[in-house]
Amino acid sequence: MVDETSKDKLVVKDLNVRYGTKEVLRQISFAVRSNEILGIIGPANSGKTSLLRTLNRLNDNDAAFSMSGTVTLDGQDIYKKMAPHTLRRKMGIIFALPTPLPLSIYENIAYGPKLHGTRNKTALNEIIERTLRASFLWDEVKDRLDMPAMKLSGGQQQRLCIARTLAVEPEIILYDEPCSGLDPISTAKVEEAMTLLTKQFTQILVTNNTKQAARVSDRTAFFLTGELVEIDETQRIFTVPCDQRTEDYVSGRFG
Amino acid sequence: MKSVRRIWNRIVEFVIEKAIFLAGILSIVFVVLIFVFLLKEGLSLFKEYSPLAFLFGTKWYPISHPPSFGIVPLLLGSVVVTLGSIVIAVPLGVGAAIYVGEVAPVWLREILKATVEFLAAIPSIVLGFIGLVTLVPLVKQVFHLQTGLTAISGSIMLAFMAMPTIVSMMEDALRAVPSSYRYGAIALGATRWQTIWRVMLPAASSGMLAAVMLGIGRVIGETMAVMMITGNAAGIPTSLMQPVRTMTATIAAEMGEAVQGSDHYFSLFAIGIVLFIITFAINLTAAFFINRRSKA
Repeated sequence: MVDETSKDKLVVKDLNVRYGTKEVLRQISFAVRSNEILGIIGPANSGKTSLLRTLNRLNDNDAAFSMSGTVTLDGQDIYKKMAPHTLRRKMGIIFALPTPLPLSIYENIAYGPKLHGTRNKTALNEIIERTLRASFLWDEVKDRLDMPAMKLSGGQQQRLCIARTLAVEPEIILYDEPCSGLDPISTAKVEEAMTLLTKQFTQILVTNNTKQAARVSDRTAFFLTGELVEIDETQRIFTVPCDQRTEDYVSGRFG
Repeated sequence: MKSVRRIWNRIVEFVIEKAIFLAGILSIVFVVLIFVFLLKEGLSLFKEYSPLAFLFGTKWYPISHPPSFGIVPLLLGSVVVTLGSIVIAVPLGVGAAIYVGEVAPVWLREILKATVEFLAAIPSIVLGFIGLVTLVPLVKQVFHLQTGLTAISGSIMLAFMAMPTIVSMMEDALRAVPSSYRYGAIALGATRWQTIWRVMLPAASSGMLAAVMLGIGRVIGETMAVMMITGNAAGIPTSLMQPVRTMTATIAAEMGEAVQGSDHYFSLFAIGIVLFIITFAINLTAAFFINRRSKA
């Protein structure tokens, strides 16, 4: 399963991550297939967020961070063969707390495409409508695109961040507990958006909510104290996991 | 026994409360008293001398007969030196603040910040005579002037004095930008420079403007250093390469020789009023920008 096949988009091999002397990820190996949603579950301190930060190279400026092993995107080593901003253009990330920029709704989404050279007004308008529709926000904001993004509700801000990420046209989208601060209705909208986005994108969803992983992900990986315990089809993880610890976690016996 | 303690506590409480109130109110009282005194002395000039001739007169001849108290040359002197120093200090300050706040590694950041703030600890008279023996001859040589005691020397020197204020306040403003903005931009594939330019600087702009305003406030009120190196000729400046005389230098230089109660004496207070109004306006603007930042 961790073998590199042509369908594998992102391959993580023998990844070890430390912050100072603290080991947060140990010997992680797995592959993410094209156009799947991979759910990553596990209790606090299991290394889920550290994994995402490592995949997106957000740790680069952290002096305490050190790693070994490789992460390859389409066969290219992301630490040796890519500039961080090139990588992040291909691999967008949605944080747990929405991170709108202090700009209007329109400018928030236009920011990424403008950075990467799209100046044409009609093209930008088209991108904005398309991405807002994809994140199920269009109907709520189409008449007030000039409003400061900070004035949106938390759920709307999070969907705006998804739209903003889509506008850069990445290949992979990482979600770091994207619904932890959202109400059930907003959560449902975000999940609906994710499901529809699988046609275009490969998605990795880190979540504290095992039910969410069960609902939206094709495959699920279970992390525990820095180790990858098990990765398999979501249905199998939640019904007949191989490892006793996985079963205990998904059935709510600890966590 | 118990009731004695209670009464004692109440007395202590009362005394401390009033003492703190007094300490707080005193600063306001002093400002008001100073302003009233300044007004009383300064406005006395206008009993015999026209305010228009004072504000718009182009000649400052306080001891000729009849005397002429036109402050335009002095006002322009201050403005020219201040503008010159801001033009120098702001780009340098913004650059330094971005480097210290966003780019430099942590160990270097601490050293740089401490050093910049140490610059503020150098007495202005020391900067003045260092400028006099190093900068003034240099300016004379570089621009082929008859004298190096010019507005530009003052501007350069004052730029150094404004730098600590500008850099450390701007750095604070940058630091106050929520890190979610930075991550938001980085996650979209922005480079470090794009993040700083398009996100961090706009978000910090209010605080940075306030830093500039306070820098201007510091520069326009500065006296000793400019007096030593700007040449002190009360003519209307047409370029930065000429000697100028600022309002502050005029007061400092002439207060000792002006006869108390004379028009000359009152005119110096009137200059004080003008300076007071200018710095007050600048501080008010700075406060406005700082307020806007904390509301946003």
